[in-house]
Amino acid sequence: MVNKIGRRKFIKTVGIAGATTIVAPYIKTATSAGKLSLGIWDHWIPGANDVLENIILSWGEKNGVEIKVDFITSIGNKLLLTAQAESRAKTGHDVFSMPTWYCSMFKHRLEPIDQVVEDIISKHGKLLDSAEFYAHLDGHWRAAPAPTGSFFDSMVSRFDLFKEHADIDLKEIFPANENRNTELINNWTYDTFLLAAEKLYNAGKPFGATIGATPDSRWLSALFTSYGAELVNKDGEVTVDSDAVKEVLEYLKKLTQFMPDSVYAWDDSSNNRWIISGAGSAIFNPASAWAVAKRDNPDIAKKLWHHDVPRGPKGRFRPDNSQFWGIWDFAENKSAAKDLLRYISERDVIDACVKASQGYDIPLIVSHFKNNKTWVDASPPDGVLYNYPMRGDEVPVAPGYPAPPEIASQITTQYIISNLVARITAKDHSIKKAIRWAENELEGAMRG
Amino acid sequence: MKLTNLIIWFRQKPRIAFFMCLPLIIMVACLIIYPFFYSIFLATLNKSETKFVGLANFLFLFKRETFWLVVQQSIFFALVAVFFKALIGFIAAHSINEIPSKGQRKWRGMLLIPWVIPPALSTLGWWWLFEPTYSALNWILAKFSLESIPWLSETFWARFSIILVNIWVGAPFFLIMYLAALKSIPEDLYEAASIDGANYWQKLFFITLPMMKNIISITILFSIIVTFANFDIVRVLTRGGPIDTTHLFATYAFRVGIESGDIPLGAAVSLFMFPVLAVLSFIILRNVKRRSNEV
Repeated sequence: MVNKIGRRKFIKTVGIAGATTIVAPYIKTATSAGKLSLGIWDHWIPGANDVLENIILSWGEKNGVEIKVDFITSIGNKLLLTAQAESRAKTGHDVFSMPTWYCSMFKHRLEPIDQVVEDIISKHGKLLDSAEFYAHLDGHWRAAPAPTGSFFDSMVSRFDLFKEHADIDLKEIFPANENRNTELINNWTYDTFLLAAEKLYNAGKPFGATIGATPDSRWLSALFTSYGAELVNKDGEVTVDSDAVKEVLEYLKKLTQFMPDSVYAWDDSSNNRWIISGAGSAIFNPASAWAVAKRDNPDIAKKLWHHDVPRGPKGRFRPDNSQFWGIWDFAENKSAAKDLLRYISERDVIDACVKASQGYDIPLIVSHFKNNKTWVDASPPDGVLYNYPMRGDEVPVAPGYPAPPEIASQITTQYIISNLVARITAKDHSIKKAIRWAENELEGAMRG
Repeated sequence: MKLTNLIIWFRQKPRIAFFMCLPLIIMVACLIIYPFFYSIFLATLNKSETKFVGLANFLFLFKRETFWLVVQQSIFFALVAVFFKALIGFIAAHSINEIPSKGQRKWRGMLLIPWVIPPALSTLGWWWLFEPTYSALNWILAKFSLESIPWLSETFWARFSIILVNIWVGAPFFLIMYLAALKSIPEDLYEAASIDGANYWQKLFFITLPMMKNIISITILFSIIVTFANFDIVRVLTRGGPIDTTHLFATYAFRVGIESGDIPLGAAVSLFMFPVLAVLSFIILRNVKRRSNEV
């Protein structure tokens, strides 16, 4: 019998606990006053919005700021369309959610907030390197870490199937504690994974990840980085015609043989359905697939394990999806907005948001995901999320890295990597022909 | 006295007509004419919209392999879809016209359903049928021990799927237009032809089709324009994939302009077909006018 916590009870407990205890120690500054409107990403996890809203409204009440929060879904690109509309009309919210490349896309419309982010760093310590890559543009911080919405794509695997069919004990390699065996970890490479993928495919439980035009295809970018394969280097030169790119493409030719053919048409929810239904053995995903499985298919949820991605010849890189909050340059209450950005980076705020998201959210401030009990306590199975935040030698990497952010954003949003891979693995193009296509597309991505 | 003059001035027919049309004129000006000229303006700017670049965005597109793929696909999609929509609409209109008038209404109503449902919604229904992993159609095929079909993950089938859905949505428009045209053909012509010994096909080719020429031309023109501009079907079903092989102008413009943040280039993509469609419209409408004058 599973003990279910009702949504209302959950929100009430977490919201009240978070909002009342967190707001108390905050010291009001002279600059906070007036009205402030926020356009915030609508969280997938039920209840997470309510907790965040309570925290923000309580801060507003304490500081004499009248706050209005609009949660805007990213389904159907509504968040992006709203951002585009507001940036063009130069009117709308004061603070707006900036997932991944929005900072680069809207940098000319975002208020530089160097002092705010420097204050956050000096108080709480450094941010993830990938956060700097996304939001520190042209020498200025364009946005600050958001309290919700950032996540990593860890591997989410069926530990029972890996053990039964591939003879790999994922819980032993990635235990739910600090005692990792370095030798076992070092053996978790893309070559090992390929062998496992073949066995799981033969057992009728393949690994699945999208190779379509959808953001979840960022796993391919992390895989490219693991092989040192760069489409464009950090100086902005097209370097796709390289041995490293050819090597990773050869690898993917082998791996895709053991994946379902439908991956070329998968969207962002397909891999979730794949693992939750019990059809698949592994995906790249944040904690949401497990959270939904817990509700919809508890038997499967009990057999899931979040863990590190395999290592390639150049390292172990985990796909990163950071989210920020920016202040439009046309915002009417910039001083209150800046104070709010400082406030939502407080440890207590982040802890409450992580808890409300059932561990989905990963803080961008490194110190904030140390010693957080949410990932330690999550179950079933016990320890399922322990390795969801990075615990070992993984490095978070933004899609398109190391190309300069403006180019990396184009590589990502035009899905050049997944198209390049699909041309070879689904269309039987030669590697040479596909690389020539990518060179042509990348020239387009460079335009200023 | 002045007030009376003003009332008389307002009561004149042309003025009444103008004021009654004014809301529509304002709407068209705000929602069509202004955006059209604004998109032309945008298409002449650089990516950051800080510099006038003339036709550079169009010249840039000419060098992009993917853009030419989109051009080919859009033409193929529009021609194939419009051909089948017209054919199916024509056959269905004839079939309904043959039904005694008492029973026609329910058939007309049923066959119009695909056209009146918002396409984004009905396409979502189709997406469930085609879903890459759990397709309902494949489930039925499996019941008959048949191989599943990669409806959305393989280029041929993905193109087939979006054209099929477009035909399903658009054919009723042709049906209703052709049915109206059929009903306007004088029955005397058919009676005279029968007396002269004309068979079904002779009546079709020498009476029905010539009498429907104008309506066929206008519906095809209208449908070509609308089909070229299609967005929702591709966006919901394939998002332009797999490997960009189902992108149309609108979906590619969205990808480039909105998703990638290059609004000027997106505007250039969406305007690309305008000159071609404008010339096509001019030719077809001129022919329609000429035929009308002859009649």
